[in-house]
Amino acid sequence: MRHIAYAMLACVLAFEAMAYAAIAPPSNVQTADTPNDVGNQVDVTWSLSPDDNGKGAVKGYVIYRVTIDSAEGLESTASATSLAGSEPIGDVAYGKTDFTDENTTAGTMYTYGVAAVNTSGTSDIAVAALNVTPRMEYINRGKLWFGIIMLTISGVVIWYVRYAKRGGDVKVRKIAGLEAVTEAVGRATEMGREVLFVPGILDINDIQTVAGMTVLASVAKTAAEYDAKLEVPTARSLVMTTARETVEAAYLAAGRPDAYDENNIYYLTDEQFGYTAGIQGKMVRDKPAACFYMGAFYAESLILAETGNSIGAIQIAGTAMPSQLPFFVAACDYTLIGEEFFAASAYLSGDAQQLGSLKGQDVGKVIAAALLVLGCFFATLAMATGSSSMIATQDYIKNNILGNEGFVPAAAAETGIEGDNE
Amino acid sequence: MIAKRTIPLLMASAVGFLLILTYFIPQTEQWGADAMEMFIILAAAAMVLGAGNLVMMNLAKVSRRSEGWGYAAITLIAFVVVLVIGLLKIGAHGTAVSPANAWPSNPVQEGSPFWWIYQYGLVPLTATMFAMLAFYIASAAFRAFRAKNVEASLLLGTAFIVLLGQVYAGYWLTDFLPADPGDTAWSQFLNGLRLENLTQMIMDVPQKAGNRAITIGIALGIVSTSLKVLLGVDRSYLGSAD
Repeated sequence: MRHIAYAMLACVLAFEAMAYAAIAPPSNVQTADTPNDVGNQVDVTWSLSPDDNGKGAVKGYVIYRVTIDSAEGLESTASATSLAGSEPIGDVAYGKTDFTDENTTAGTMYTYGVAAVNTSGTSDIAVAALNVTPRMEYINRGKLWFGIIMLTISGVVIWYVRYAKRGGDVKVRKIAGLEAVTEAVGRATEMGREVLFVPGILDINDIQTVAGMTVLASVAKTAAEYDAKLEVPTARSLVMTTARETVEAAYLAAGRPDAYDENNIYYLTDEQFGYTAGIQGKMVRDKPAACFYMGAFYAESLILAETGNSIGAIQIAGTAMPSQLPFFVAACDYTLIGEEFFAASAYLSGDAQQLGSLKGQDVGKVIAAALLVLGCFFATLAMATGSSSMIATQDYIKNNILGNEGFVPAAAAETGIEGDNE
Repeated sequence: MIAKRTIPLLMASAVGFLLILTYFIPQTEQWGADAMEMFIILAAAAMVLGAGNLVMMNLAKVSRRSEGWGYAAITLIAFVVVLVIGLLKIGAHGTAVSPANAWPSNPVQEGSPFWWIYQYGLVPLTATMFAMLAFYIASAAFRAFRAKNVEASLLLGTAFIVLLGQVYAGYWLTDFLPADPGDTAWSQFLNGLRLENLTQMIMDVPQKAGNRAITIGIALGIVSTSLKVLLGVDRSYLGSAD
């Protein structure tokens, strides 16, 4: 009996000893200056400790850092002891193999070390073989392709604006929704009812609200010419102020400054559904003959459009919120889909310069289509042939031209990581 | 004219182009967020304009006894009650540091009347409005899915598949088809006909393709509109009479 008890005790002690045995440190610690930053970040990576098998032997990893005299070379001379004497700069959970130190100073040389930890203590510190000096980048190279594409499209838009200004021929297809603006305002005039213009629920810093204001200018001018009453309930104070300026100028341009009443452009509330309820009540009580929804909309789009439909109003909507477009298409008479909404101002004004900008947009579409076709072509070839050059080309289009890896492909950049260490 | 149109236009252009530039420079990447904070402060100050307008409009309605003036009166009462309770922190408890004083407390302190109004007044009202959406979706779908022509019939068929594919009935209807795609083309084809797989395919291929086409158009429209605004080609938002 005593032997059994000793054996059990031995087992327990052996188990305890196993639990508190020193854990193996991680290996292959590497450091690199985080690209495209101001030199305040360093990426640290490592290979998992052999004991990190997800069964609790390793609870996480602790990262250490020491500052090195910049006179020292690329090779790290810091010892695990010197790192252990420093305060840990961060920790991550088990299974993780990377950490970003976001508190470095550009131009200062560092050595990093990583140790595995469990409840009984820490492992030896694995020290990075190379020192690293974070550098400040003056240009975010990851965004260079984006910059080139943006500059090209912007350049083409500006060129076409100037081309139209010089008297160049610019033809634009008919947009049914915008052709119907005059019809809608005219109908409201004939019926002796008002025109309701809803500029969306976002503030004036949103480009959709700005685009909505430019459409409002045209609607207000038509309303002034037809002597129709125009009401603009807004969800933001700044939109109300802007809308008042826009409508007043439109009435002035139409030669009807006397017909302008600023009380017809008013603020309801910033609250999404409070605003919706306010407009809905207005619609049901006053039954406007024409409703315009031009701007950014969320869930209220269908509530507003269905209410307008139920009172028999002619409805024209325009938004750049793809998720709301199906609702407007289902409930409104005309819907300006995405780019048509942004083209509305140019189309309605008939101004040659503005119409020229639409031509520039078309060139942007050609560039987008070319990239799509090229991407599909190389992806198909890569899949069919398995050729590494085709796969590389496909990846370059995806990750560099359309992604944020800049000019240099990732594989080449990885080699360059070594260059960041010194 | 200069103060009202030219100076704002120049300021908008300068700040707009500057912020575009800062997007590409790591040192100044934060400037966009800083500008947004300035805008938020400006918009918060402009709230006074909106609140003033709200009070004036509703007071006028009540005093004229115009149609629906009762709603205007309710709006005014609610506005004043919430404003007073919120600003004076009526019923709010003191903090641990200053137990007798409610002023330093959190404006939306749990259990306070202001919190109560939000939790049991505004939230249910908002939820009610949102819930109405279900009925509006049904009525809009009823009209949109009428099989008037070939396109509408296609839309109806697609919607039918997608709707069924999202619920258990769809799974149950095509449960007899193989759940495992297997190795043969025939078994993969049959597996693809299961309503949940067909729905996924519709969402992943035609829906996503159409959605992305719209998104590309929107992105180009934003570039073009932004340029028109920054270059002063489109000045209608400034109240231009041109």
